[in-house]
This record gives sequence, C-alpha cells and structure tokens, in this order.
Amino acid sequence: MIQLLKMAFRDLGRNKRRSLLSALAVSAGMSLLLLMASVVEGEMRGAMQNTIKLQSGHLQIRALTYNENKTSLKWQDLVENPQGMIEQLKSIPQIVSATPRLIASGIISLGDHSRGVQVIGIDPDSTANDPFRAGVVAGNFIQPDDREGILIGKPLAEKFNLQVGEKISLLVNKSEGNVDEQLFFVRGIFSTNTTGYDENTVFMPLAKAQNFTGAGNHATLIFIMLQNQEQAEAVSAALHSSNFQIVSWRKINELIVQTEEFANAYMVVLYLIVLGITATVVTNTLVMAVFERTREIGILAAIGMKGRRIMAQFLVEGGLLATGGVIGGLIFGGLMTAYFARYGFYIGDMGLTGFLLEDNIYAHLTLDDTISLTITTYVITLVAALYPALLAARMEPVEALHGK
Amino acid sequence: MEVAKLTNITRVFKIGQVETRALRGVNLSIQSGEFTALVGPSGSGKTTLLQLIGCLDQPTSGTVIINGQDATKLNRNQRADLRKGSLGFIFQFFALIPTLTARENIEMPLLLLRQKDSERKARVAELLQAVSLQDRAHHRPDQLSGGQQQRVAIARALATHPLIILADEPTANLDTENGKQVMEIMQRLNKETGVTFVFATHDPRVIEYASRVVTLQDGLIENDTK
Repeated sequence: MIQLLKMAFRDLGRNKRRSLLSALAVSAGMSLLLLMASVVEGEMRGAMQNTIKLQSGHLQIRALTYNENKTSLKWQDLVENPQGMIEQLKSIPQIVSATPRLIASGIISLGDHSRGVQVIGIDPDSTANDPFRAGVVAGNFIQPDDREGILIGKPLAEKFNLQVGEKISLLVNKSEGNVDEQLFFVRGIFSTNTTGYDENTVFMPLAKAQNFTGAGNHATLIFIMLQNQEQAEAVSAALHSSNFQIVSWRKINELIVQTEEFANAYMVVLYLIVLGITATVVTNTLVMAVFERTREIGILAAIGMKGRRIMAQFLVEGGLLATGGVIGGLIFGGLMTAYFARYGFYIGDMGLTGFLLEDNIYAHLTLDDTISLTITTYVITLVAALYPALLAARMEPVEALHGK
Repeated sequence: MEVAKLTNITRVFKIGQVETRALRGVNLSIQSGEFTALVGPSGSGKTTLLQLIGCLDQPTSGTVIINGQDATKLNRNQRADLRKGSLGFIFQFFALIPTLTARENIEMPLLLLRQKDSERKARVAELLQAVSLQDRAHHRPDQLSGGQQQRVAIARALATHPLIILADEPTANLDTENGKQVMEIMQRLNKETGVTFVFATHDPRVIEYASRVVTLQDGLIENDTK
C-alpha cells in the first residue's frame, strides 16, 4: 500500500498543474455544497426557531373546536379562564413560561390608507414576550393596564409613516360577529427582523384585547415555552386532556418540517449534480494519465503486475485527488460557512406564507452534513476514477507496450 | 533442461480487413543457460516470437510451453504470475518507470513477489553491484544515461531469478560503447548465473555474442545455428 501511495503521489506530481486543478475542482464543488447545505440548514433552523419564538411556542393549548385557518372569537372556540390554567401549569418543571394570547383579525387605518393586520392580546409581563420587548426600536413596550396603547411593527409604522405617540384607528372583529373600531396611541414600535411578521402584527394588552373584542375572560391559546423543544411530546402527553387540544411545535409548523425534508432531498440531488460535474474533471484527468502512461502500464504488466493492482494504482491516484479536494473543500467551505454564519446575508422579506424568515440568513453547518458531504465526495471521486482504472487494468500488455 | 518450447506457432494480426501473418508455423526449443539471438530483417517476426515466449501475447494457433506449463491454456492473471516468477524483460526503449529511482525500479518485481523488505534490499544491492550502478541507486531514469538505464533494466529483469530473460533489441538505442557494455554484462550474467537469454537483434556486432543464432524470415525459422 505504501508503494502504491508513493507511486500514485509521484504520478500525480508529474503534471502538477493538472492534478492541482482537478483537486481544486473537487474542492470548489465541495465548498459550494458545504455552503449550500449550511445555508439551507441555517435558513430552516432560523425559520423554525423564529416561528417557535414568535408564533407557535413549543406547545399550544387551544379549545377543541379551534381551527387555525379561521380567527374565530366565538367563546366556544376559545380557552376559558386561561390564567387559572397557567397557574396549574406552573407545577410542571419543563415549562419555562406559559402565557395567554388572544388573536383577532383587524384593519388598521390612517387617512386613506388601511391594511389588514393580526391583533394579538398579550400579557406584557410574561417572559414569553421578551422577543417583542427586546425588539422595541422606538417608544416603550405596552403595559398591562394600558387601555389605549398598542405596539406596532416597524415596517407597518414605516408604511403608515407613524411615529410613537401618534393615533391610529383599529377595527376588529368581535366575538358576537360584529365589528368595533377605536383609536389607539402608538406606544412603541418593535422589530423582530422578520418583515413578514412585523408588518402584519399589532400588540395590545390582553385585558384590553378581551374587552375590545368581547372575548370576556378568554384567550385564543396558551403559548408555552419549554426548556428545550425535544420535551414537547413528553409534556404534551403529560398535559393530555379531553377538554383541550394540546399541539406541539412540530405539528403546528408541519409546513416547515415538510419543507426541510423536501430541501434535504433536493440537496441530495444537488450534491449529485455538482459532484457529478467535478467527477468528470477527475475522470478526464485520469483518462489522460492512462493514455500518457500506456507504455508504463505495459511495462508493469510485463513484469507481472496484475490488472487489479494496476487498477488499484489509478484508484489510489483518484483517492489522493479526492483527499486533496476534500481537505481544500473543508478549508474553503469552512471559511465561507464561518463568514456567513457570523455575518449572514440579507434576503429581506421573502413573503413566504407559513415561514417566519428573518431578514438575514445565517449559515449553520452541522457535523452530519460535513460528514455526509465528505463521504459523498470521496465515493463519487473514487467512482469517477473507476473508469480510467478499468481502462488501464484491461489493457493488453503487448498493445500497451507499443503505446496503443 | 528445456525452459521454453514452441510448437507450430502461428500469429495472425488482423487490422480492419487486412490480415498479416507474422508467424507461420514456428517450432523452437530453448534450453536452460542458452544465450540465443533471434535475428532477421524487420517484419520477420522476431519481436512477435519474443512476445509469445514472454507470454505477453497469445498465438493464433500452436502451443507455448514455459518451464513445463502450457501458457496458451493460462488466463490473464495466470500468465501475469508466470511472467512475474519465471520471465524477465529488457526492452529497446529501456522501459523504466520514470517516477521511480534506479533502486525502486529494480525492486518493483520483488515487491510484486511480496518478498521481505530485508531480502529485497539485499537483492537490489547485489544487482546494482552486478551492473556497476551502486552510485546511481537513487537517481531517476531521466538522471541516467541510456546505457545506465539499460543496465538498470537488466538488473530489474534479473531481480526475481527468472528462468529466461527476453530482450528486444537491447542495444538499438545505445551508442557503440554502451551497446558493447550492455552485451558484455548480459553475457557475463548468463555465464555467472546460468540464466537463459533470448534476444532479438539485427545488429551484427550483437549477434557475435550469441551462443545460438535463430534466423527468421517471413514468419518462419530459416536457420538455427549453435
């Protein structure tokens, strides 16, 4: 084996530029795939974490008749006395925070401009609302006893050219099926860096929202954050009740889960296409090497080297090119991924329904992706070396000696 | 002892629709220790005959017996094994592996035989001394003269103690002095080790060294003199 490696290394060194370019092609392919895999992973992970943090939580408790496709405020579709239920939830150690949310659809209007929004009544003191509190970019966060104040997203404020302290009209659907309209002061402007969410959401204190919509002592759901997302199924099972729906983040965000699965399958196809292209470079390099060294192959065969050993010689050369390519790919790909993991890149509002993508995507490279890409690159490069290796192994000694 | 026996050998090459009969029924027996020259004009079949004795090619008809084994009945791998253990080759174009040093080139057949490291080193040192190239052991072929390269090729051919060494025009690419040196080394090794040499040539100065001269003409043995 050492002899094989030594010969392979020296053979590749005969045409350093060609060998280097081949290894670079493998490196470039692998770097590109590492970056793509890390961006897709970062995008999916970011979308999921963002959606959990802002919208779904790890668990939600809802009324049995709750329909997520309708924003119903009928009392039978809501959770009664959510505060009482939250008191009971405090005994479960995995639950970090639980807070009621009342969700209503509304229309915000100023002058000739109006826009449909989602009005969410929240408990401003709950730590589950920290992302909004931390995201206040102007004014203040709303207070529980505020009867006239709302918090609006930065893109919404920009669309209406609204400043903190200004008044705006908000119309909402009520439990009884009718509508009501009131003027509110903008107490604060927030940004979660998720344009799709921020431009469609208005917060107000839960008590005011209940009063405004006629929901009484009800909430649309109880939003629960756990110590970690993997506890969701166990806690959900522990909370099981015939009176409520208890739904985990995985179920609520099924679209993201499915999209991630689709993206992973798509990435495999992409792996094969990109590595297939780089493999042709390796095949081409080694086929050229076989033709250049035809006479040497004949000499080796003449002194008794069998076809499988000649084949191994070229496979080892392919393996060395793969090793160089993989090392280069890990370095270049790793550097690019590290850069985009730190600084991300701006995508703005993708406008995807069901996805709460932040304005920036941050690459996230997993060990699984790194290992699977390394192995795939090795295997495909070796497969690429198989044809030239077979070509060399099948040469008739007498013809090879004459360079044919 | 008979080390090679060729019976009724024909070899027909077909290129497109054209058939070329390189050998037309050759019978030849080579005895151990012979120093045989195959002579004849270009196209007479010398190289083809040498390739058949060397199991590098298969005859169209007839049998090739090497050390009692019918090479025409062996498969590709078995013929490779036969070449590895019993045959050595010296080619007109020196035929060294350019990425290997002189020492490594000589060592290659021993590696294929999976000899122990210590045995290989001892054998290579012995052969380098036999061809007077101890001081060139670590030089690659492009750092050696034509004569030195051919001496490395002789050492490599001898490495595995083969029964027969086949040399195709071994001096064709050498000047007179180097050609003479190569032939003297081959003759000396033939006498000292008893290894059988069969070489193809049309150089009259080389033929003088032979103990037996087989003359080919149009694919047939025209004359065989000892």
